Amino acid sequence: MAVANVEISETPLVLYTLRRADDALILGHRLSEWCGHAPTLEEDMALANMGLDLLGQARELYTYAARVEGKDNDEDKLAYLRDVRQYRNLLLVEQPNGDFARTMVRQFFHAAFADLYWRAMMQSKDATLAAIAAKSEKESAYHVRHSSEWIIRLGDGTEESHHRAQTAIDDLWSFTGEMFSVDGSEHGLIDAGIAVDPVSLYPQWLKTITAVVNEATLALPASNWMQQGGRGGRHSEHLGHLLSELQSLQRTFPGATW
Amino acid sequence: MYTQALNTSDADDRNVEDATRAAAFQARIDADDRIEPNDWMPAAYRKTLTRQISQHAHSEIVGMLPEGNWITRAPTLRRKAALLAKVQDECGHGLYLYAAAETLGTSREELVDAMLTGKAKYSSIFNYPTLTWADIGTIGWLVDGAAIMNQIPLCRCSYGPYARAMIRVCKEESFHQRQGFEIMLTLCRGTDEQKAMAQDALNRWWWPVLMMFGPPDKVSQHSDTSTKWKIKRFSNDELRQKFVDATVPQAQFLGLTIPDPKMKQDEAGHWVPGPIDWDEFKQVLAGNGPCNRDRLAARRKAHDAGAWVREAAAAYAEKRKRRQFAQAAE
Repeated sequence: MAVANVEISETPLVLYTLRRADDALILGHRLSEWCGHAPTLEEDMALANMGLDLLGQARELYTYAARVEGKDNDEDKLAYLRDVRQYRNLLLVEQPNGDFARTMVRQFFHAAFADLYWRAMMQSKDATLAAIAAKSEKESAYHVRHSSEWIIRLGDGTEESHHRAQTAIDDLWSFTGEMFSVDGSEHGLIDAGIAVDPVSLYPQWLKTITAVVNEATLALPASNWMQQGGRGGRHSEHLGHLLSELQSLQRTFPGATW
Repeated sequence: MYTQALNTSDADDRNVEDATRAAAFQARIDADDRIEPNDWMPAAYRKTLTRQISQHAHSEIVGMLPEGNWITRAPTLRRKAALLAKVQDECGHGLYLYAAAETLGTSREELVDAMLTGKAKYSSIFNYPTLTWADIGTIGWLVDGAAIMNQIPLCRCSYGPYARAMIRVCKEESFHQRQGFEIMLTLCRGTDEQKAMAQDALNRWWWPVLMMFGPPDKVSQHSDTSTKWKIKRFSNDELRQKFVDATVPQAQFLGLTIPDPKMKQDEAGHWVPGPIDWDEFKQVLAGNGPCNRDRLAARRKAHDAGAWVREAAAAYAEKRKRRQFAQAAE
């Protein structure tokens, strides 16, 4: 028996919160895929740590989205009973882990953005979002530190690690622009002082990224072509597979309590 | 238990030790003193502990695989976070135990290599597959439950670093055990399908869990020295009996049936299990369990795929040191 997807009333604030929740869940899920398979035991623990931080952020954001929506949804219905077209995460976070360089570059691009984003959101007029941001910022600050240290080690390590890190940067670069795009649903929230305007964060993000990439003896691509679509549910082919795994039990045993 | 391959004789390896030192050493053990890394110890004591602690560490690391198999499929976000945190704890235990083993003079790399080449063993239990979500509950409830039975006495082990590691490990394991039982309770109070899933998992894990305690005392080759040195404080059968006695009422509470029609309660109130199939145990130890090859292959793959990362980190550290040295010289 197929389980129907939940319907969401995507008011601007619900949609805004869901987008951030989906980013955190999908990136956290990707990191959790490393568990038991990382290059060192220390790194296995660090990847799990970051994954747990992101899962925690996702849970708070989903719970808040469900509360704002005020219907029958909850964190699990939002995570487990929406299909790929209903997911609102960035394309960047759903990209497969690939090798360790790819995972770390993805983490670095995102964390350097998320850290600025949460810091700005601490000033949100929405008290719940401000509180979630205050907690999340402490976590993202560590994610930036951890991933940037690895970018430097890999870039300035061996010939092979340099090559792998540069390839990862080249492959993932086109997914970074989406972090700074704003659509009509968010303008009102930004004007009301509830949401963060990501455009204002771009110069600082680029400065952080450039400094680390330079120290790592790596280079940012010249291409400025950026992929878009995740925020509107137009994803890469990878997300459907991730969701079919993530949602398998909830879809197979409808309505069961776990 | 997590160190089953210790059930072999050590006679060839015993060195002739300085008699006075050996007597003083034994006197300290008898007085319940803790032996620390820099203290003199008999070579066989060092060797036994290195093997035991490193096998325990390997078991923690290989043990991440069967449970890790369900992290991406955990049925709720709460369960997903709890499982990821749990498997991360196992990794921490492994790391902690390798560090304890290293205090005896063998490096982590050497110990890990022995596991990857199949020379060193890990617990037989992790060579069984996790087929359904109920296996995650069952592993927490029974596998961690059995591990606790074995590890609580190790908190009083004569070797200080191991005993201290066990205190911390046991705290986390008992949390995992309660978590596993709570998963089972939720399943048993759930739909008919969920209850069937729980019973099926118990049916598959019960006998392998009993085998975790090692061969019966009457055939165990465990040398008396482990007991004399206060590394092992209870026999395999004693620990197995304790576990069965603790577990049967829990299964009854869950409404599950222990898959042992010959199990009886004796006059003293002990639950006496029917005969254990020790041939299966031997086969699993010999590498013929359902997942032996998969487990080793997964660990080797992670190790090999991570080699360039470890090399990069080492190369970068070396470059950095050289640059700092050059700067200081200017």
